[in-house]
Amino acid sequence: MTMVPSNDFWFDVGPLRAIPQRGARTVKTPRREIAVFRTASDEVFALENRCPHKGGPLSEGIVHGRKVACPLHNWIINLDDGEASGADKGCARSFPVKLENGRIYLNMSVAAAP
Amino acid sequence: MLDQPNAKKQKLVILGNGMAAGRVMDELFARAPDRYDVVVFGAEPRVNYDRIMLSPVLSGEKAYDDILIHTDEWYATNKVDLRRGELVVAIDRAAKTVTTQSGAVEAYDTLIIATGSKPILIPVPGAELPGVVTYRDLDDVNLMLDAAGKGGHAVVIGGGLLGLEAAAGLAMRGMTTTVVHLMPTLMERQLDPNAAYLLQKAIEARGIEVLTGANTAAILGDTCVESVRLDDGRTLPADLVVMAVGIRPNTALAKLADLNVKRGIVVDDHLRTSDDNIYAVGECVEHRGQCYGLVAPLYDMAKTLAATLAGESVDGYIGSTTSTKLKVTGVDLFSAGDFAEGDVKDEIVLRDPARGIYKRVVLRDDRIIGAVLYGDTADGSWYFDLLKKNVDIGTMRNALILGQAYQGGVALDPIAAVAALSDDAEICGCNGVCKGAITQAITAHGLTTLDDVRARTKASASCGQCTVKVESLLAATLGDNYSAAGRKPMCKCTDLTHSEVRGFILSKELKSVPAVMQELAWKTSCGCPSCRPALNYYLLCAWPGEYADDAQSRYINERVHANIQKDGTFSVVPRMWGGLTTPDELRAIADVADRFKIPTVKVTGGQRIDLLGVRKEDLPAVWAQLNSAGLVSGAAYAKGLRTVKTCVGSEWCRFGTQDSTGLGVKLERFMCGSWAPAKVKLGVSGCPRNCAESTVKDIGVICVESGYDIHIAGAAGLHVRQTDLLGHVDTEDEAIEYIAAFMQMYREEAGYLERVWKWVENAGLDKVRAAIMDDADNRCALLARFEKSQRAVRRDPWAERAAGREQHEFTPLATLNSIIAVPAE
Ligand SMILES: Cc1cc2nc3c(=O)[nH]c(=O)nc-3n(C[C@H](O)[C@H](O)[C@H](O)COP(=O)(O)OP(=O)(O)OC[C@H]3O[C@@H](n4cnc5c(N)ncnc54)[C@H](O)[C@@H]3O)c2cc1C
Ligand code: SF4
Ligand code: FES
Repeated sequence: MTMVPSNDFWFDVGPLRAIPQRGARTVKTPRREIAVFRTASDEVFALENRCPHKGGPLSEGIVHGRKVACPLHNWIINLDDGEASGADKGCARSFPVKLENGRIYLNMSVAAAP
Repeated sequence: MLDQPNAKKQKLVILGNGMAAGRVMDELFARAPDRYDVVVFGAEPRVNYDRIMLSPVLSGEKAYDDILIHTDEWYATNKVDLRRGELVVAIDRAAKTVTTQSGAVEAYDTLIIATGSKPILIPVPGAELPGVVTYRDLDDVNLMLDAAGKGGHAVVIGGGLLGLEAAAGLAMRGMTTTVVHLMPTLMERQLDPNAAYLLQKAIEARGIEVLTGANTAAILGDTCVESVRLDDGRTLPADLVVMAVGIRPNTALAKLADLNVKRGIVVDDHLRTSDDNIYAVGECVEHRGQCYGLVAPLYDMAKTLAATLAGESVDGYIGSTTSTKLKVTGVDLFSAGDFAEGDVKDEIVLRDPARGIYKRVVLRDDRIIGAVLYGDTADGSWYFDLLKKNVDIGTMRNALILGQAYQGGVALDPIAAVAALSDDAEICGCNGVCKGAITQAITAHGLTTLDDVRARTKASASCGQCTVKVESLLAATLGDNYSAAGRKPMCKCTDLTHSEVRGFILSKELKSVPAVMQELAWKTSCGCPSCRPALNYYLLCAWPGEYADDAQSRYINERVHANIQKDGTFSVVPRMWGGLTTPDELRAIADVADRFKIPTVKVTGGQRIDLLGVRKEDLPAVWAQLNSAGLVSGAAYAKGLRTVKTCVGSEWCRFGTQDSTGLGVKLERFMCGSWAPAKVKLGVSGCPRNCAESTVKDIGVICVESGYDIHIAGAAGLHVRQTDLLGHVDTEDEAIEYIAAFMQMYREEAGYLERVWKWVENAGLDKVRAAIMDDADNRCALLARFEKSQRAVRRDPWAERAAGREQHEFTPLATLNSIIAVPAE
């Protein structure tokens, strides 16, 4: 749900129903691990699976609204842009992801880039 | 109408005589009445009718004649050649002809495909049996009416818009009706769980049974349907089965003709297909990647298409934003746009439990992106309009949720606001208490706290939504004499305290998270990381065995039954009852550590062995192997019973007075699995030398010659505190009974995350002592409730997960090994 760059490699990473509502699962890529989130109303977001604070696995956090609470020290990260909210400063990288006919597509031309 | 017999008219052929076709003709004839000779093929043997009014026909609120859009006269007047009951089976694009099932061939200059959608049939055994119908056209309604005439049971598969309308109609026709819905909440694509909760209540109030999370396995019957079997084994009697699980664009003809078809027939902004002479419109099309299942978009399309056909140069169709209304009499429901779960900053929620109202407007950058209204939908179109026009609502934000009539209101400071109210202004809607009654009670009876006011007037004693107003009234009436006395709301989502919420869960019999949030007027749509785990615990504690645990409201440790470590790996602690183990268990632990290359094996403070550094994906295999050696989860991650530490006691120690190890094992076996507000650790020492350090545990036992001293409220963490003596008992059985009763009292009364010592300090030791030591009836009741809830939880979470439960937690969604560096197109 981020801007889509011009040269697209949309990879099908699986059906939406494979992720619980208010939950997340990971996608492993050669360069990084990506957390794909599903909100209560079936929006999907993708962030690098590392909290900007101390690298906590964001995919394990409690998802509320368009946010996730990092499981290590409870930083609250926005799902749409990866920014930490409140007084905390930092940003988890976010990746373009889209939903089509119940399946989730990740833009690998961005996700695989350095 | 002027006919020009000499000019050769263009021939327009339309496939499908549904709502889109009808609208295109209306729009076209208004613009260019004589441009085309029009031939319409309709598979249905009738004129054009309003399909969305089929539900009122089913329920008996309307007759077929009431829903006609175009009558026979209309076709005659407009010289439209309607071929009703003729199914077109082929398009020959080269010859520019269409062929019908009966073999008739018709030539066209311009062709419009408006074939609508097909209902989806779920491929379960028995789906072909007579008595199974879909819900799409008048024939389906007639089938349902025939069945309803005979009475009996109807099962509607699908709890979406159509399914619910069908169910409501069949129930009104006197059938015993059940809705079977795969997802956990009704209309999950249009509604958030809160609105869905209210909707389900309303549907159930009509005598319709609603089964959510229910998957149909088979439809049974010899010559016609007799029952429906769900995959959990339940069987529902059925004389009629309605399948309303969704629709699919009807593209068969277009595909045969080799037009560009994806999910729907692909059209450009002028509704043109990949063939210049062929257009498509309505539910059968896909425009800019989007397919629609509602009327409004096809009306927009029809306008563009008609203008194009009339030869006007028009801006293209750019897509539609849709909104939904449920047409079940007496249920007011509106949903539009993006009602994604928001948070405190991005959404405005209004709940009025007493009137069954829920409104939610989701905002982004001060613009409305979604709205869900339940119970009062009067402002639906106003919000929808603001949404479509992308209006900046910044200036009306304060009163936005109150609707159009309230624009221009000024926000007052709450105390000034209640002070300004007249005496007969209603404060508590649930109990009908007005301001005057409250202020009078405060002065007449010298009330000083919220609880006083509740007890005396009932104001704010029901849903709690008016708590803030009542407090403001106390402040306004008492002035400086009022202090809010440390009332701490649970979190930003509510004004109620933990104990108030718990009280309401019991008194109002709230049994799900959406029920709590609606009835207690939550200010957010789905809570936050503080209240969700707390509510999940409170519900679990209040309704053991009945409430379904919500994994997504649990912290990761409790979700995967292991402790998350700083590097994202997990640690695994098998249970060692009372600290005892065996050579076989130790060997199994060593084997697991070897096989999974577990880097650290450590003895914990609670006398267990901790395997640190286990990769998440290895967890199920680690558990399976430990399970097979007889080891179960030590619950070292739980807000619940963790360990019972023991000393060796009378069995080995020369000072031991009682079998402290044995008692520890019994306690742990009896209490294991019990969830609590926070972690609970026990210790049992065989004599006052206290080698198990029982006097810094949540619950400690010191065995003495004459029996057992039960201690409570110790702590040895951030805060260090020595236990208080709860009391003395004579026998081991009594020790277990009193301890379990104490545990239950703590479980029922403490706030979430409140440790035992903190709760005892707040509740008062004397009160706790009296409740457990002196009041035998109360103790027995507590024990009985403890045992009841234990029956529901004594399962090993490891075994369940090793057997495959929640497998999604432990495997990645996808693993992309090599990434091809060539563009796909
Ligand atoms: C019970 C019900 C309730 C609904 N309620 C609402 C509502 O409240 N609000 C809303 O916006 N929408 C509602 N809808 C959806 C709405 O009816 C559709 O969006 C709309 O009818 C679609 O119009 P259409 O012309 O594309 O297709 P249709 O109206 O389905 O018309 C297609 C026609 O084409 C015919 N046909 C198909 N193939 C051929 C062929 N090869 N040859 C000849 N004829 C063919 C079909 O028989 C059919 O009559 C409801 C639908 C149903 C079934
Ligand atoms: S507490 Fe008493 S009985 Fe237990 S080991 Fe220590 S000295 Fe022995
Ligand atoms: S690593 Fe995420 S909050 Fe510390």
